[in-house]
Amino acid sequence: MSGEGAAGGGWTGALRRRATRALPPDKLLPDAQPAYMASWIYVFGVLTLAALMIVLVSGGVLALKGPAWWHVSGTGRYVNSLHLWSVELFMFFMVVHLWGKFFMAAWRGRRALTWVTGVVCFLVAIGTAFTGYLVQQNFDSQWIAGQAKDGLNSVGIGAFFNVLDFGQMLMWHILLLPFALGALTAWHVLLVRLRGIVPPIDATTPPATPPAPAATREAAG
Amino acid sequence: MAGHPHSVEEGAVRFVAAPVDLGGTGHYVHWGVVQLSVANLVVIGLMLVVFVAALLLPFPRGRGQGRGRG
Repeated sequence: MSGEGAAGGGWTGALRRRATRALPPDKLLPDAQPAYMASWIYVFGVLTLAALMIVLVSGGVLALKGPAWWHVSGTGRYVNSLHLWSVELFMFFMVVHLWGKFFMAAWRGRRALTWVTGVVCFLVAIGTAFTGYLVQQNFDSQWIAGQAKDGLNSVGIGAFFNVLDFGQMLMWHILLLPFALGALTAWHVLLVRLRGIVPPIDATTPPATPPAPAATREAAG
Repeated sequence: MAGHPHSVEEGAVRFVAAPVDLGGTGHYVHWGVVQLSVANLVVIGLMLVVFVAALLLPFPRGRGQGRGRG
């Protein structure tokens, strides 16, 4: 549509302008960061993302071949092990990153949502791992489901989340929870880009608005 | 067959499997109502060690990257 002007383009144009205003390309994919990003804690955040990618790819292969594949194929067992150990590393790296951000009080400076999305990611990851253990199709998964049903039924969750229902647990594990985890992770990373990383606790807080030029000249004498 | 691995692969498996018997019964630590497997305790301990190392080890800086942009 020609002649849209700065405010035209309908809801898609408005959404595009809002997105580019909030996250311009140099902010979305920056090539420089504050000096205080030089911390191993951020390395563990990136390692968490890398492990998540391996989890999703190996889980995708397992989904293609079916949940019983790893019982009858050496390759299947290898991919299953790759899935398991990438999950172990994912949780390990995420916990170290979480501890670090907790002691940095990373929710300061309008970063509460960044912190909350990270914590919810952790909780959703626990649920995803739990449903993964339930769909192993072996005695271990039967034992875990048998034990878990009593606890979940005692608080009413069993009414809509039946750990003894293999089909339901498989759907939660390969569709609903990975989608939630992926969306939350993307939101978390975008919030980090939007608000930036948290400055050190003892850093000087910059003024909210720069002083007026006249006041600056007065102060300078 | 004991002590005479038929292949490099079998030898490697035996070497890796030797320190921990993964085929046996798991070991657990009981503390009141809390029950933790030793394997999980080892992982928690490793996480604490790595976390302390992440805090204490100096972060490497590249050449010409003395100070980042604030």
